Amino acid sequence: MTALSSPRNAISAAGARPVSASKQRGDRRGWLYSAPAVVTMGGLLFGPLLAVMLFSLTDWQLGQEQFSFIGARNFQELFADTVFWKSLRNTFLYVLLVVPGTVILGLIVAVLLESSNELKGLYRTAHFIPVMAATSAMAIVWGTMLHPTIGLFNHILYGLGYSGVSWLRDEHTALLALVLIGIWQGFGYAMVLFIAGLKAIPQNLYDAAEIDGADSVMDRMRLVVLPMIGPVLMFVMVVTAVRAFSVFDTVRVLTAGGPNYSTDVLLYRLNTESFDYLRTGYGAALTVVFLGIVIAITLLQAKIMDRRVHYS
Amino acid sequence: MATIEILDIEKRYGDTSVLKNVSLSVEDGEFLTLVGPSGCGKSTLLRIIAGLEAPDAGALRIADRDVAKDRPKQRNVAMVFQSYALYPHLTVLDNIVMPLRMRRLTAAQRFPLLGRWMPGTRRIEREIRAEAEQVASLLGVEPLLARKPGQLSGGQRQRVALGRAMVRQPAVFLMDEPLSNLDAKLRVQMRSEIMALHRQIGATFVYVTHDQAEAMTMSDRVAVMMEGELLQVAAPEQLYSDPDDLRVAEMIGSPQINAVPVHALNRQLCLAWQLSQDTAVAAFRPENAIIIRPADATLNGTVAVSEHLGADVFVHVRLDGDAGTIVIRTDRTSPRHTAGTAVGVSVEGRHVLRFDAKKKRCCPSQDHGALVA
Repeated sequence: MTALSSPRNAISAAGARPVSASKQRGDRRGWLYSAPAVVTMGGLLFGPLLAVMLFSLTDWQLGQEQFSFIGARNFQELFADTVFWKSLRNTFLYVLLVVPGTVILGLIVAVLLESSNELKGLYRTAHFIPVMAATSAMAIVWGTMLHPTIGLFNHILYGLGYSGVSWLRDEHTALLALVLIGIWQGFGYAMVLFIAGLKAIPQNLYDAAEIDGADSVMDRMRLVVLPMIGPVLMFVMVVTAVRAFSVFDTVRVLTAGGPNYSTDVLLYRLNTESFDYLRTGYGAALTVVFLGIVIAITLLQAKIMDRRVHYS
Repeated sequence: MATIEILDIEKRYGDTSVLKNVSLSVEDGEFLTLVGPSGCGKSTLLRIIAGLEAPDAGALRIADRDVAKDRPKQRNVAMVFQSYALYPHLTVLDNIVMPLRMRRLTAAQRFPLLGRWMPGTRRIEREIRAEAEQVASLLGVEPLLARKPGQLSGGQRQRVALGRAMVRQPAVFLMDEPLSNLDAKLRVQMRSEIMALHRQIGATFVYVTHDQAEAMTMSDRVAVMMEGELLQVAAPEQLYSDPDDLRVAEMIGSPQINAVPVHALNRQLCLAWQLSQDTAVAAFRPENAIIIRPADATLNGTVAVSEHLGADVFVHVRLDGDAGTIVIRTDRTSPRHTAGTAVGVSVEGRHVLRFDAKKKRCCPSQDHGALVA
């Protein structure tokens, strides 16, 4: 009898304790369990973010032992700087060209690959190579191909009877050349995701669309393909946009922001100010602006798309 | 008039022949069911009629017009799919109006945003909407028009799919196992609704199913397919009582027809059943066999199991020798037979269907109407 009743007593004793005590213990335990995540996120994400925000209010230069808070003066200087505005304009232009280019090219290649059977694997791999290759190495290859005298592109132009273009050394073509490289580099990733999305569309929906009279490519796209890959499309757009915003390595290797700042982009500016001129405080202010833009765009995109994307 | 003429249609996927010389004609306004086990080619045949697949050989005429090269849009057919195939991102109303929008509005008028401002778009859209609402009220889905398919039950989705097919008033309805995703109760209900719909609109229906109960209850005629061949096309009653092929006889009717190999039967029985030389299999329906005393019988066996199903009792009898097991349908008032009891089985000769070694009926004329008499 005692053996039976004692655990029951223990339970009722525990239940009779003041509620706040057991709740407190539960809270502590909760924090304990989430500690690994909280610590890593705090240490690796929010901590540095806070540090950057603090630095952006100082005149600290890399390596110096002293610094002082100068309020918003870094930001004032930043917004008064024409080079900053130019790099901002270049970045937006780059994103606005690369995102649609990558998404459309990736989708077209995915649809073409899915509709044919021959050498599917080979083409898929071939189109995915740019994604896997190291960007800086690929940038050097592109640099050679775009070279004014020995480059492949100009040799083709010569062959067709045109005069050559100094692709990367001309203010008017340099950013465009970088955009093309950006699209080339990213569309394979988009393609692979789109192929996965396309595979998930049931054949019956295509059949129904065909019976309903939507038998042209455009109608099928609008009625079946685009709505059904909506979630994938949104993901690809967000990822491509964020990646395009942080374009850096091709700029660094191929143009160094030139000529005449025509390819200067936010991250390149950030790198130059922080590590070439060692103006850490100023660089931090740039980082804050950059982060603000990326977060704003991600939120905006998610909000717009969420309303129009169908998640089944 | 929408008759459908199918002439010597063949279809191959690689080395496998899916349809072998299938010929079939469907009358105007007829309800024809294609029935057969999965993989028999019935769905492929339906998709060929719809224009979703092209046959490798043969001719296809709908309403006396050669449609072999027409796209589905030009064939004036509507199709209902097993999985309903509703557009998940569109509301019920938008789903139902889609066939009309695709046909009545030009590509420019359907253009996003701008299309609305093209001349005539609004008037046509209004007409389309009115027609769709009429169909919706006919099917009782009017309160659901603003919902998305994901928010509907299986039966409601089925109705919406029917509405999308009906709204255009096509001459031919093609249905690919439309009820097999529904639960048993709803299936029976939708069965009668589809029959009522057929009577009401009078279009030609071609209905694909693997469920012989659906085929038997709904159709004017049933076409039985197996391994890419059309075995028999006949009215349900005739299919049951007068099958041309052992495989048809085995497919139609539940429990299955009893097929006894002739070599396992004694001479006396062969004479009594008037089995001809070429007969390989003698078959009879479970309800045509009766259990008698073993001493009086020429066909003997032991009861293997007795299944009580309320009104009926199915007695499984293992025949002596090498003749296999048969099922006998008795009613619950007849004496019970426990497993292991020795029994005799009696079947009148007029109830016996004779099939040759190729599973075809032997001299069908002789047996004609054997079960009806």
